[in-house]
Amino acid sequence: MSDIALIGMASVLAAGLGIAIGGIGPALGQGRALAQALQAIAQQPDEANTITRTLFVGLAMVESTAIYAFVVTLILIFANPFWAAVAP
Amino acid sequence: MRLSPDEIALFAVGPWTVNATLVFSWVIMALLVGAGALVTRGLSAGASMGRGQNVLEALVAFLLDQIHEVTRQDPRPYLPFVGTLFLFIVTSNVLSVVPGFEAPTGSLSTAAALALCVFVAVPAFGIAKVGLRAYLANYLRPSPFLLPFTIFGELSRTLALAVRLFGNVMSGAVIAAILLTVAPLLFPVIMQAFGLLIGVIQAYIFAILAIVYIASGTELQERRERTRAKENA
Repeated sequence: MSDIALIGMASVLAAGLGIAIGGIGPALGQGRALAQALQAIAQQPDEANTITRTLFVGLAMVESTAIYAFVVTLILIFANPFWAAVAP
Repeated sequence: MRLSPDEIALFAVGPWTVNATLVFSWVIMALLVGAGALVTRGLSAGASMGRGQNVLEALVAFLLDQIHEVTRQDPRPYLPFVGTLFLFIVTSNVLSVVPGFEAPTGSLSTAAALALCVFVAVPAFGIAKVGLRAYLANYLRPSPFLLPFTIFGELSRTLALAVRLFGNVMSGAVIAAILLTVAPLLFPVIMQAFGLLIGVIQAYIFAILAIVYIASGTELQERRERTRAKENA
């Protein structure tokens, strides 16, 4: 197999696996946070505003992990530094 | 596939290429300034007011309320900065449903510029509020050994701020483009409507995170002063 095919294959595989596995953790975490927030709102409807805002900020923090995985995936596909080494 | 409006070069002025990101950023700025100038021309202080003034007053009241609830401080010093961020991003994201318009926030350069504004604004507001010494002392708390982590945290949250906005807006545009080729009849419309919701939420998150970061630079000091005053009393 030529170098370029190998690098292409490895990049695409790694990108797919990276975003898939990188998405699992934050998805579970965000789901848990959302469930807790809904429960809190159901118990204290008066505090819905504060809970919602804190939830958004918290979700944004949790999401960072997924975003890092997303960035690495984008780099692998669109800005792969190893292409330059083998590109004809 | 085209990922960002940076890649659409419209025309060149001398050695500089003017791309779609630049042009649409200026379109949004012109829209915001123009609408603001138009509405504020005939302001009334009484109970009867024009529709435009009503919208603007509701918007400003909403922003002031949100900032106050996050910071528990007087929201007015923060309103111009955070309000501008929110309005720019929300206009950009909402206008992306207009055919031919490419949201400038879907470009990493715009998102990075906005995040860098926040990165600079945090120490600026902090120093203006508590002074240079007290602000820098915040970095050494709770322990000087954590200084590298604090600094790395500042950098990484700026990166996350930029990439979060870019990733969400860009992925919305890319998904719409892919769906257009796969199921062009009705489905892209639904995704566009969903994209509107995502765009507004992202603008809200960006503004709220900015104010949370700014508040974290000013709040610690205040709390310490309060406890010290309590101890002295």
